[in-house]
Amino acid sequence: MSAGATISYREALRQALREAMQRDPRVFLMGEDVGRYGGTYAVSKGLLEEFGPDRVRDTPLSELAFVGAGIGAALGGMRPIVEIMTVNFSLLALDQIINNAATLRHMSGGQFSVPLVIRMATGAGRQLAAQHSHSLEGWYAHIPGLRILAPATIDDARGMLAPALADPDPVLIFEHVQLYNTEGALSDAWQATDIRRARVHRAGRDVSLVTYGGSLGKALLAAERLAGEGIEAEVIDLRVLRPLDAETVFESVRRTHRAVIIDEGWRSGSLSAEVSARIAESIFYSLDAPVLRVCSEEVPVPYPKHLEDAVLPQVPDIVAAVKEIVSGHD
Amino acid sequence: MSHTGVYPVPCDRAVAFELLRQMLRIRRFEEKCAELYGAGRIRGFLHLYIGEEAVAAGVIGALKPEDAVIATYREHGHALVRGIPADVLMAEMYGKRTGCCRGRGGSMHLFDAATRFYGGNAIVGGGLPLAVGLALADRMQGLARVTCCFFGEGAIAEGAFHESMNLAALWNLPVLFCCENNLYAMGTALGRSQSQVDLCAKAASYRIPARRVDGMDVIAVSEAAHSVAEHVRSGIGPYFLEMQTYRFRAHSMFDPELYRDKAEVEEWKKRGPLHTFTDRLKGQGLLSEEEFQALDAEVTREVQAAVDFAEAAEWEPLESLASEVGAVSS
Repeated sequence: MSAGATISYREALRQALREAMQRDPRVFLMGEDVGRYGGTYAVSKGLLEEFGPDRVRDTPLSELAFVGAGIGAALGGMRPIVEIMTVNFSLLALDQIINNAATLRHMSGGQFSVPLVIRMATGAGRQLAAQHSHSLEGWYAHIPGLRILAPATIDDARGMLAPALADPDPVLIFEHVQLYNTEGALSDAWQATDIRRARVHRAGRDVSLVTYGGSLGKALLAAERLAGEGIEAEVIDLRVLRPLDAETVFESVRRTHRAVIIDEGWRSGSLSAEVSARIAESIFYSLDAPVLRVCSEEVPVPYPKHLEDAVLPQVPDIVAAVKEIVSGHD
Repeated sequence: MSHTGVYPVPCDRAVAFELLRQMLRIRRFEEKCAELYGAGRIRGFLHLYIGEEAVAAGVIGALKPEDAVIATYREHGHALVRGIPADVLMAEMYGKRTGCCRGRGGSMHLFDAATRFYGGNAIVGGGLPLAVGLALADRMQGLARVTCCFFGEGAIAEGAFHESMNLAALWNLPVLFCCENNLYAMGTALGRSQSQVDLCAKAASYRIPARRVDGMDVIAVSEAAHSVAEHVRSGIGPYFLEMQTYRFRAHSMFDPELYRDKAEVEEWKKRGPLHTFTDRLKGQGLLSEEEFQALDAEVTREVQAAVDFAEAAEWEPLESLASEVGAVSS
């Protein structure tokens, strides 16, 4: 696909999968309904016909075993991509991810590594209620030995898979459910996608909005609204939740002296808490105001739209948080 | 006598002698480990295999160098028989830098790339999905290799067992499932934790062929393992071996053994794999007392050399603490 063409996030992911399997015979995709069904979110649609059932491998509903099998296959010389339908189901595979994938290189004294990529959908906003709306990527970002990616853009949806597969260690990719249908132009930059750095998405001098994944769009909308009121917000897409690229955040906050973190996870013990703590530890004296956070309300995600909307970070919440710390000092 | 040793050793003297030597190596190595634990040279958990030596010696002796082995936290014996040198194993028990995992794993996490020994897993059932994945990698790469997965009967209560058995059978993968049934999951007897105590019936429910073996008889184990390893290697599919055995020592070094009678332990000790086999060989004129003493002296020297090696070894430098952890946070 040439740069500049408008494609969906889903199609960008699919192109990345197709290219990975074309380039390297060790790469295969495995998960629930990735084959005949075409993928729960239709990401892998058409790949079974192209690559056959060995490499687009439907699994039973056995998250623990097929994630563990992905780890074993990676140890055995393959480059598996395991799709877990959603982060909610990844809880059934936590033991394999945390006790095996994240530890084997270390425990073996560097003799083995686990070059495995696990993709999963995350996030709320589709009225799927409490067991299908988790945002637990921040939890995974707690674990040494894992790299955690959150593609929020078409470019990252297209570009993150190849460097993730090239990583000798396990990489988890979190795709926000609200992004699959989004469309945009693929830029020239995707071919050089870096999975180590955060990205300044919009420049601004008054406040740094630090976010990732499904909340990036909301932060950008908030920035536009604020611009209309004379407040220039810088928007940073973290992209890599572990290891955090704190320096990019610091560089921004040193200029803006204010930060608001937007995270769909719950506030307590969250990724937003980590980012806030890093700012406080390292550049406290650059701050002109407290670091604020816009997170989900600390309740299980409810089903009705008005309640779900009330739980999740929304554009007006971001705007209000910014005004609280910007207007107070201007 | 009602126990093993009633029929002649059917294999040639060299094979029988090697089985004896391997069992003796495990016994003397672990007796020394227990002593070193008391002396504070080995810390953490220490799970002794004493009483179960015939299983590792018989099964692993039937494997080829290109095969893979996955074991549990009670795996010193498997590691020794598989060919990891006693000195690097002992250094790992000490946590020294010359240990097989540079001291990072200790007793429960022995790994060795050269012999395809994939641990050393301290989560009950945690190795089964890995075995499925290693076998899947072999299958996808067209390699006629066996992945031999050891686990205790306690693992049968875990979902990982059932998910892994199903996947291996569904995909006809070359996994040799080796259940070491020592009757107790820590302190919980099989009959107190399973509604169906016929373990081979569980294998049958996944259409996996199964065989029950006297795990105190090294010849019986060896013969069964040779036979079923070839079945697995031929690509027909997985096989399940139940080895009926018994742990003579406590579960770990912290176990007062409130859950079983001393009389039961003494009864099983009469069937001890080492002395019964030695008696059989002597009875058939295949081994003299002098030869046994010479072998014992040789093994004892090997173990003492391993202790000397571990004592003399350096500690891993602190600077290397994070050297084998991917995606280290900045």
